[in-house]
Amino acid sequence: MNVRTAELLMGFGMLLASLGLMWTVYSDDLTIGWVQGVGPGAGMWPFWLSLGMAGSSVWTLVRWFKGVTPESRNEDPYIDPDTIFMVGVTVAAIFCLLLFSSIIGLYFSMMLFLLFYVKVLGRHGWPVTIGVMIGVPVAVYMLFEVALNKYLPRGLPFFENLMLHVDDFRYSLMY
Amino acid sequence: MDSIITLLGAGLLQSFEPLNLAMIFLGCLAGLFIGAMPGLGSVNGVAILLPVTFLVPPTSAIIFLAALYYGAMYGGAVSSITLGIPGASTAVATVFDGRPMAQKGKADQALMAAAIASFIGGTISVILFTGFAPPLAAFALKFGPQEEFALMLLAFATFIGLGGDDIPKTIFSILIGLVMATVGFDIISGKPRLIFFDMVDFQRGIEFLVLAIGIYGIGEMIWTLEHTKGGIQMHKVEIGFKRIVDNLRQVKQYFGTATMGSFIGFFVGTLPAAGATPAALMSYGLAKTFSKDGDSFGKGNVAGVAAPEAANNAASTGSMLPMLTLGIPGSPTTAILLGGMIIWGLRPGPLLFAESPDFVWGLIGSMYVANFVTVVLNIALIPVFIRVLAMPFSVLAPIIFILCTVGVYATTDRMFDTWLMLFLGCMGYLMRKLNYPVAPAVLAIVLGPLTEQSLRQSLIGSQGDPMTFLERPISLTVILLAVALICYPIVNSFLKRRKTVKIAE
Repeated sequence: MNVRTAELLMGFGMLLASLGLMWTVYSDDLTIGWVQGVGPGAGMWPFWLSLGMAGSSVWTLVRWFKGVTPESRNEDPYIDPDTIFMVGVTVAAIFCLLLFSSIIGLYFSMMLFLLFYVKVLGRHGWPVTIGVMIGVPVAVYMLFEVALNKYLPRGLPFFENLMLHVDDFRYSLMY
Repeated sequence: MDSIITLLGAGLLQSFEPLNLAMIFLGCLAGLFIGAMPGLGSVNGVAILLPVTFLVPPTSAIIFLAALYYGAMYGGAVSSITLGIPGASTAVATVFDGRPMAQKGKADQALMAAAIASFIGGTISVILFTGFAPPLAAFALKFGPQEEFALMLLAFATFIGLGGDDIPKTIFSILIGLVMATVGFDIISGKPRLIFFDMVDFQRGIEFLVLAIGIYGIGEMIWTLEHTKGGIQMHKVEIGFKRIVDNLRQVKQYFGTATMGSFIGFFVGTLPAAGATPAALMSYGLAKTFSKDGDSFGKGNVAGVAAPEAANNAASTGSMLPMLTLGIPGSPTTAILLGGMIIWGLRPGPLLFAESPDFVWGLIGSMYVANFVTVVLNIALIPVFIRVLAMPFSVLAPIIFILCTVGVYATTDRMFDTWLMLFLGCMGYLMRKLNYPVAPAVLAIVLGPLTEQSLRQSLIGSQGDPMTFLERPISLTVILLAVALICYPIVNSFLKRRKTVKIAE
C-alpha cells in the first residue's frame, strides 16, 4: 500500500470513527443540547466535538481528492517491507509481553521479552543477554515493589507462588 | 520587587534541602542521558518517569521532572554532534554545524559550546521567568470560567495557527484528544459517556499518561526503529582537561549569538505549540543571517551550535511560564507536567501562586540550581555519554518498552491500560506517518476536562447565553486573538494561492 492510499483509508477510517462516536453519544441517550434548569447536557461536548472530527476528516478527504496534501501525491510505500518486519516483530513482542503478563506474571514475561529481543533480534552474546534479562527485572522489582510499594501482575497461582519466594528472600534480607 | 527576591530566596533555600538537591541531581543526570539517546527527548523522559515520582512529595517530584526537562535539553546536543542524529527534535538545528565540526575532529569544541550556550540560555531565561511569572499570575487572578475557556481556546488555536502542520489534521488531533478526555463519567450529571463496547474499564476514563506514554514511549521508539533501522554510527571524540580549558576560552566567539538565542528561545517558548524546536530553528536562522561569516554556517561554525542550543534551553523554561501562571502548557512536555500536577492534587494556574507559593518558588529556585548542576555534569560526563551512546539500540529499545508498560500499570493498576497504551502508540505511529501531528492530542487530553468544565460553568452561569464569552473584555480579547490565529494560516494560504494565480496570468 502506498502513502496516497493510506491517507485515503485513514481519512475514511477517521470519518467512520467520528460518526461512530456521534452514534454512541446519541444511542446512550445523552442530551446533546440544553437541559432546562440544568444547563448543557452530558452529551453536548462529546457530540459536537465528534461532529468537528467528522468535519475535519471530510476536509482532509476533499484535500486528498484535490491532491493538495503532499501525502495524496506520494506513491512511495506507506511502510517498506524491512520496516514492516521490524515494526511487526516489535509490536508482536510487546503484545506477547502483555498477554503473558496475565499468565506467567510481568516479571517472567519481561524476562522472555528481553531474551527474545536481545538474543534473537539483537544477536548479542549470552553474557549481555543474561545480564539484561536479570538486571532489568531486578531493577523494576526494587524500584516499583520495594520503593514504591506497587505490586505488578504476578500471573496464575503457580507463578505467583514463585514470586512469593522472591518476596520471602527480600524480607529475610531486609528485616 | 522586594517580595520577589524574598520568595526567590526562600525557593532557593528549599531547593537546597537534601531531598530536593538529590532530585535536581538525579533529574539532571537522567535528563542528560535521556536527551542524549536518539529517539528520546524530554517529553519521552517525563512521560515514562512520571509514575516513578509518586515516591516523593509533589514539590520534589516537579523539581525532579523540571530538572529532567532541563537536562534533556542539554543532552540532545550530544547525539546531534557525535552521531549526527538529534536526540530530540529540539536538537535538530544543532546537527547542521555540530555534525560537520565532529567530522573535522572538533567534536569536543562543539560539545563544550553546546553546554555553555545551554547554560547561557538557561540563566537568561530563568531570570526572565522570575520577572514575568508573578505579575502574569497576579493578572490572571481576575479570570473567571469564561476567561479560562477563552485561554484554552487560545492554546488550541496556537497549534492551528503556529504549529505549521496540516490544518484539518491538526484540528482532528485536537478534537480526538478532547473526545478521549470525555470518556468515563460526566463531571456534572454523573452519567457514563462513551463507554465503548460496554467495557467497564472505560468507566474510569482514559488517563492522559496512557496516551502520552503510548505516543511518546511506544510510538516514538517504533518511529526511531524505522528511521535508524537499529544501526547508528558514532564519531570519535577526543577530550581532556587541557582541551576543556582551551574550549572555555573560546566562549567570546559565540557569547553574543547565544544571548540573542536565549531571548528568542524564551519568548517563542512561552507560546503554546511553538516550543523549543521552532525556537532553535529560528535562532539558528537569525544567527546565520546576522553573522559576518554566514557562509560558514552548515560547514562547522561554532556559533551555529551555540544559537540553537541556547534557544532550546531558554524555550524549555519559557514554556513553563504559561503552564504555571495560566494553566496552559507551552509544550508537550509541560502538558505532561501539568497532568502530573493534577494527579498530585494541585491545580496549575494563577491560584497556584497564591495557594502553593512553596511549590512554585521551590520550582523556580530549583531551576537556578539545576542550570548550574547540569552544565557541570554535562561537561564532566562527556566521556561517559560517549560510552553510553555506544549502547546498542537492540538493548535500549526493549528496556524502554518495559519501562513504558510498567509505568502505565503502576499509575493505573490496570492491565487494560497497558493494552490501550499499545493500541494508542501504534495508532499514533501510523497517523504520524501520514502527517497527523500527535502533540495537540496529548495537550487536548490534558486540557480537556478543564476546558469542558469552564465552558459548562460559563453557560450555566449565563443561563445558556453564549454571549457571556464576548461580554467580558479579557475573554473577548483572548477569543479574538484565538480567532485571528485560526484564520491566519487559512488567509495566508489563500493570499499565496492568489499571488501564484496572478503570476501565472
